[in-house]
Amino acid sequence: MSLLVFVGVYAVGNPIDILINPQADQEDRERAIAALGLDKTLPAQYLSFLGGVVHGDLGRSFVHATSALGLILERMPATLELAFAAMLIAIVIGIPLGLWAGLRPNGVAGRTIMAGSILGFSLPTFWVGLMLIMVFSVILGWLPSNGRGPTVDVLGVPVSFLSVEGWRHLLLPATNLALFNVALLIRLTRSGAHEALLQDYVKFARAKGLTNFRVIGVHVLRNILIPIVTVIGLQFGALIAFAIVTESVFAWPGMGKLLIDSINLLDRPVIVAYLLVIVTFFIVINLLVDILYSLLDPRVRLSESGT
Amino acid sequence: MSAIGPDAAVDAVPLARRADNASPLRRIASDFLANPIAVAGLALLALIIAAAIAAPLISPQNPYDLAQIDIVDSKLPPGSPAPNGGTYWLGTDDQGRDMLSAIFYGLRISLAVGVISTVVALIIGLAAGLAAAYFGGRLEMLIMRIVDIQLSFPSILIALILIAVLGQGTGKVITALVTVQWAYYARTVRSAAIVEKRKEYIEAAHCLALSPARIVFRHLLPNCLPPMIVVATVQVAAAIALEATLSFLGLGLPITEPSLGLLIANGYQYLLSGKYWISFFPGLALLLTIVSINLVADQLRDVLNPRLQR
Repeated sequence: MSLLVFVGVYAVGNPIDILINPQADQEDRERAIAALGLDKTLPAQYLSFLGGVVHGDLGRSFVHATSALGLILERMPATLELAFAAMLIAIVIGIPLGLWAGLRPNGVAGRTIMAGSILGFSLPTFWVGLMLIMVFSVILGWLPSNGRGPTVDVLGVPVSFLSVEGWRHLLLPATNLALFNVALLIRLTRSGAHEALLQDYVKFARAKGLTNFRVIGVHVLRNILIPIVTVIGLQFGALIAFAIVTESVFAWPGMGKLLIDSINLLDRPVIVAYLLVIVTFFIVINLLVDILYSLLDPRVRLSESGT
Repeated sequence: MSAIGPDAAVDAVPLARRADNASPLRRIASDFLANPIAVAGLALLALIIAAAIAAPLISPQNPYDLAQIDIVDSKLPPGSPAPNGGTYWLGTDDQGRDMLSAIFYGLRISLAVGVISTVVALIIGLAAGLAAAYFGGRLEMLIMRIVDIQLSFPSILIALILIAVLGQGTGKVITALVTVQWAYYARTVRSAAIVEKRKEYIEAAHCLALSPARIVFRHLLPNCLPPMIVVATVQVAAAIALEATLSFLGLGLPITEPSLGLLIANGYQYLLSGKYWISFFPGLALLLTIVSINLVADQLRDVLNPRLQR
């Protein structure tokens, strides 16, 4: 874990001498360079950056002239909301379909679901987003194509899932983002259910005369939930990363879109701050998944206390 | 052991189409052809590759020759008649380019970038993975630690970071794609090589006092290849998709070399006014390419896996 942080910070230290705005004239350049602190040597810049980080200051945006971290935190709720909504959709659709395909692997429905999941892996996310806009916004005119719509403040944090209009704005991007994870959860649940059904404890449960619903709902589902929860946890980080693409397609004002805009404008402090934030995110998520794992699977705890 | 050689268990299963003394290559081919969906995928892929290679010959126009395009013809819907007597079967884009021709040329660039980056990454990954497995110790720890760290981040994030650091351009996109991919190969080849390393034929090679280079390249490497072929096939599709995504975000290939992703991005602004074809058809071409590669990879995985041999 500490190595992860180190590599993250090290990668952040690197871009500093490469990204100097190439278009300004000499005088402007020198003034700008001095104002932004770029006239100092690389280690000096890095040190002052590190000094700022200790105080919770990740530098100021070149373009917006405000705190880079502030900019990102301002956009973060939108991205988190999108990611949570996408994960919810993936769970609600993916797990039941996967169970179905796992219980009847040779049925027509099962095969159709599996073929669909291959498609889910293959579809380029951004193109699906465009097609969703085309069908639901342009042709049918049911849902808005971009933006977040009106937001409601909850404890000072703007959210859109509390209003109907907000949900209408959220639905398309969240579905788009969820697509890959729907396919992933289908595959995972299916193979898990497939294996679990052959185990002795399932046969035993059936022999006890339990209803089919109880056998599957309690005995099978509980045992296949461990890998599923792990993947859901780990995929949450991926969702935040892939939100970069979805946010760009749907003009969703989240931190992924901020990153793309910043890369295009060479707004280095924001890029650096984004990377620091996302690396922190991944570390926290990995840690949470590890903890959750030991809570769910007694075997992990036993082996740890044994060594 | 040749991972793909016939063994007793295989021959015990009566399968009419498999001759007992068939060569491994022929057996792989016949196993592959047993699945009609995979064959369809392979045929589609062959067609796409042929279209990409023959793009200058089969395209109705050269989309980059300014003499052949006319701004008057811009944004025509599919099926519109072209001034030279032909038809714009897939419509035209905002500069009056024939979409069909643009897609053929775009396929060329997308496939080339995908294949080149995969080959380079494969070489780097093979070298790193084999070195880790063969020498072990500190070197193995260092290499595998880098691989672990890299694989814990989504590929799109790593690619974006690299583009942000390196800047834009064709070479830099390929560098980013190579960096994203090599870790997969390193991990796969290392786990295969560690298993193979303990086998008797490697021991025998050591006893013959063969040089390490010869053992690694002539004995270890060939036996680690089957899983690599599968991973590389999947990764070509992933690289093409990733390149398209980067280009769509405006951070990929330059506008002078429009890949499929850039064509799709180009149509994005016209989508809301109902001019769907500028984005739709390049996307469809991209989708068919990725699906056909994945179908082929799926079947290769089954055919090349000795444990799954029926």
